[in-house]
Amino acid sequence: MHQLRRLDDGLDRGEGLTLSIIDRRPGLRVGLLLTPPMLWLGAAYLGALGALLITSLWTQNDFTGNIERVWTLENFKTLFTVEVYRTITVRTIGLAALVTAVDALLAFPIALYMAKIASPRAQRLLVIAVLMPLWASYLVKAYAWRGMFSADGPIEWVLQPFGLNTPGYGMVATTVTLAYLWLPYMILPVYAALERVPDSLFEASADLGAGSVHTLRRVVLPMAFPGFVAGSIFTFSLTMGDYIAVKIVGGTTQLLGNVVYDNQGAANNLPFAAAVATVPIVVMLGYLAAARRTGALESL
Amino acid sequence: MARSSIISPGLRRSLTGITVLVLVFVYVPLTLVVVNSFNIDNTFGFPPPGYTLHWWQVAWESQGARSALWTSVKVAIAATVVALLLGTLAAMALRRTRFFGRNVVSLLIILPIALPGVVTGLAFQNGFRTILGIQLSLWTIVIAHATFCIVTIFNNVQARFQRLGGNFEQASMDLGAGRWTTFRLVTFPMLRSALLAGALLSFGLSFDEIVVTTFTASSQDQTLPIWIFQNLFRPNQAPIVNVVAAVLVIVSAIPIYLAQKLSGSQAEGLTASP
Repeated sequence: MHQLRRLDDGLDRGEGLTLSIIDRRPGLRVGLLLTPPMLWLGAAYLGALGALLITSLWTQNDFTGNIERVWTLENFKTLFTVEVYRTITVRTIGLAALVTAVDALLAFPIALYMAKIASPRAQRLLVIAVLMPLWASYLVKAYAWRGMFSADGPIEWVLQPFGLNTPGYGMVATTVTLAYLWLPYMILPVYAALERVPDSLFEASADLGAGSVHTLRRVVLPMAFPGFVAGSIFTFSLTMGDYIAVKIVGGTTQLLGNVVYDNQGAANNLPFAAAVATVPIVVMLGYLAAARRTGALESL
Repeated sequence: MARSSIISPGLRRSLTGITVLVLVFVYVPLTLVVVNSFNIDNTFGFPPPGYTLHWWQVAWESQGARSALWTSVKVAIAATVVALLLGTLAAMALRRTRFFGRNVVSLLIILPIALPGVVTGLAFQNGFRTILGIQLSLWTIVIAHATFCIVTIFNNVQARFQRLGGNFEQASMDLGAGRWTTFRLVTFPMLRSALLAGALLSFGLSFDEIVVTTFTASSQDQTLPIWIFQNLFRPNQAPIVNVVAAVLVIVSAIPIYLAQKLSGSQAEGLTASP
């Protein structure tokens, strides 16, 4: 092996000597390969997250605007005791749950159609049709719904003959827009899960006397469950951190993301923003732990 | 069709109906943006009272939109280059090797995209400004973007490794090629289309990003999404913003087409989902 390698040209001859050490020690090879990405993610990114937690325990001098490195729980006390922040926290988590539920309801039929009814060709086209909006700018999609919900937009135009009006900018528009934005993230994993349900299971269930709806509820839904869990991680997390869409279609509605954004920047209160940002972190870690407990993540 | 028999005709019809409705729900707003870019009414009354190409011409000449576009392209390319390097290294390291920290590494790679954008954005801003005392610039945007782009490359390369296994490289080494030659002549060509698909996704992710960007950009740096957001609420800029939005909707078909060509079919390589 080593003799053969020495026959090789230029670069490799030098390599043959140094890399043979690496060949004998796979741990060294992994270590060398992993060092750059781990420095970036482990040191820089995790470091930044850690620093964020530390900063949330500092305070800001109201007069100079400078951050004072004094340990205090004041930020968290404000967060938990001031009524408006409690309302916003509950609203954000509730909205994340609502958006996730809406997306799950919309995703199931289309994913089932894609996986079990569409011909292979239609299946391919549908995957593209679902993916395409993912590439259209996030901002453009939120903006599109601003147009839809506007006072003289298409929704008003459709509803007016029935004596109804557009709901305008607020919680309804925010829910619709966020559900719209994250829908592909739910459809794709559910579709992937349904694809793996063998057709023979449908037949077996029918042979045993179950109707279509019964089969869906008792056989297909449980098997699609891991897909829903995977999709919900995205819909939930993305909603927890959003503040742009809500600014575009939410009117005066405030979410946790808005509180974080409004408190960052030179003139504002970065330590408090950091404290607020820990809420989505804790909620998401809890959500991930719960998702893990269902065992859904392993079977993906 | 044989497969249709597994679902009753009634249910089949309702599923078809709902699928059509969902697709309408998905495409009507995007169509509206394109239609409104030709709307003669600059407050976008619906249905449009008339059509014009005027806004397209104004948008074409908009300095702000042009320089923001260029900024976005620069940031996306730089972030993608970094992500390509780090994502490939990480995927190569985790290949065939089982060690205690394996799951930790995968989790760490997914984390920047699994955590909400405000968290990642604020963490970086706080890290740069408060902890390190660095001024925000284009480079701070690139660093933040590269962090959440790594996962796209990593996923694509890892999937490719899993699909192709290591036989070709083994053969190459047995025939006397060294590690570098094997990488250059066997591994890299094997990964090329996966890298391209990953890079495409990474570019798209960075190009479109606004949340992390607003936290890590200085007030002078305007990427295209920031430019759009800042001009969204200015009535006299609205028609121009709408044209830019329409262009982005139309252009989004290109990466889909390319990715479809690259990966043959299926969703592999197209989604950021881990």
